[in-house]
Amino acid sequence: MTDETTARTSAASRRPPARAIKGLSDRAVGWIFVAPTIFLLLAINIFPLIWTIRLSLTNYRANRTTAEVSWVGLRNYERILTDPDIWNAMQATAHFVIWTLVLQVLIGFTLAYLINKKFKGNDLWTTIIVLPMMLSPAVVGNFWTFLYQPQIGLFNYFVGFLTGADPSSFSMIGDVALAPWAIVIVDTWMWTPFVMLICLAGLRSIPDSIYEAAECDRASKWRQFWTITIPMALPFLMLAVLFRGIENFKMFDLVVQLTGGGPGSVTELTSINLKREAFEKWRTGYASAYAVILFVTVFGLASIYVKALNKVKER
Amino acid sequence: MKTILHDLTRLRRGPWEMVATLLIALGVFMLMQPFALWLYSYSFLVTLVGTVMFIVVSHFPE
Repeated sequence: MTDETTARTSAASRRPPARAIKGLSDRAVGWIFVAPTIFLLLAINIFPLIWTIRLSLTNYRANRTTAEVSWVGLRNYERILTDPDIWNAMQATAHFVIWTLVLQVLIGFTLAYLINKKFKGNDLWTTIIVLPMMLSPAVVGNFWTFLYQPQIGLFNYFVGFLTGADPSSFSMIGDVALAPWAIVIVDTWMWTPFVMLICLAGLRSIPDSIYEAAECDRASKWRQFWTITIPMALPFLMLAVLFRGIENFKMFDLVVQLTGGGPGSVTELTSINLKREAFEKWRTGYASAYAVILFVTVFGLASIYVKALNKVKER
Repeated sequence: MKTILHDLTRLRRGPWEMVATLLIALGVFMLMQPFALWLYSYSFLVTLVGTVMFIVVSHFPE
């Protein structure tokens, strides 16, 4: 009986399971599992990308489907790269991306550092801080327009209370100088909790034993912060910067709700500008070339960033 | 400096990746700087060359 069982077990272990079940090799079974993902990737990512590159070399207009489409070569790229309005949109985007990243990282890391300390009501404060992130960007944009109202806005009253200025003497979203900062403030308010959560995960992953060893070596809190906390939380911080950087580079909904790109075009970020070219002026070929330029920029930056992230993780 | 040049001629990944990274960073700066329109005009070319170079050289041996 025992011999029979042993023989049956060894015969079963010699037989490849997939071949035995379906008559397929392990490799074929693997391909069957991966095929839907590859198909979706090709259909949703690769094909539209190739199609966009093709359209960018034509004068195609999506609202004139019966019109003849002619090949214009690199003329769309040439026109975009000599257009001062698009250059201004690039500068507005750079201002928005750089300042939101700086503020979100500084405030987010500080909040994470404070929340990481054990104190009464820790969980409650974490929940309260995280609340803005859970709101819809359209809702946030909409209610901040009320907060920024010169006559009734709480933000203006708060600034007036702190500085002594008349609350109705300035308009955050109506002033050319203040509007770029208005969108930076709202995005920082909304997305700092996200950076805080990622930093908190990084801080909580640092073992206490390292700090205890540093205490034994009589390292000051300041030195512990710069030689333990920052280097060990750095990969998480970089991840947060990568996510927020890419997200802010293509920011659309929040800013459209808040300022609509105005006053004039001072808060018209590249994504808003691109949408206008594609779906208001219906210059699809031109807008495709614009999209390709933005794609190459984000792709290049993300490549550098992922390389830097891997290097930090290796350390 | 001599080592970097030597590694560049031997098609090693490290220095070539550094060159590609510098090109991408320069291209992005040119795209978003507020100083000169001609820098903006050439930005895409520089970024594209850097990005393609980055993809190619990341397959070079260490």
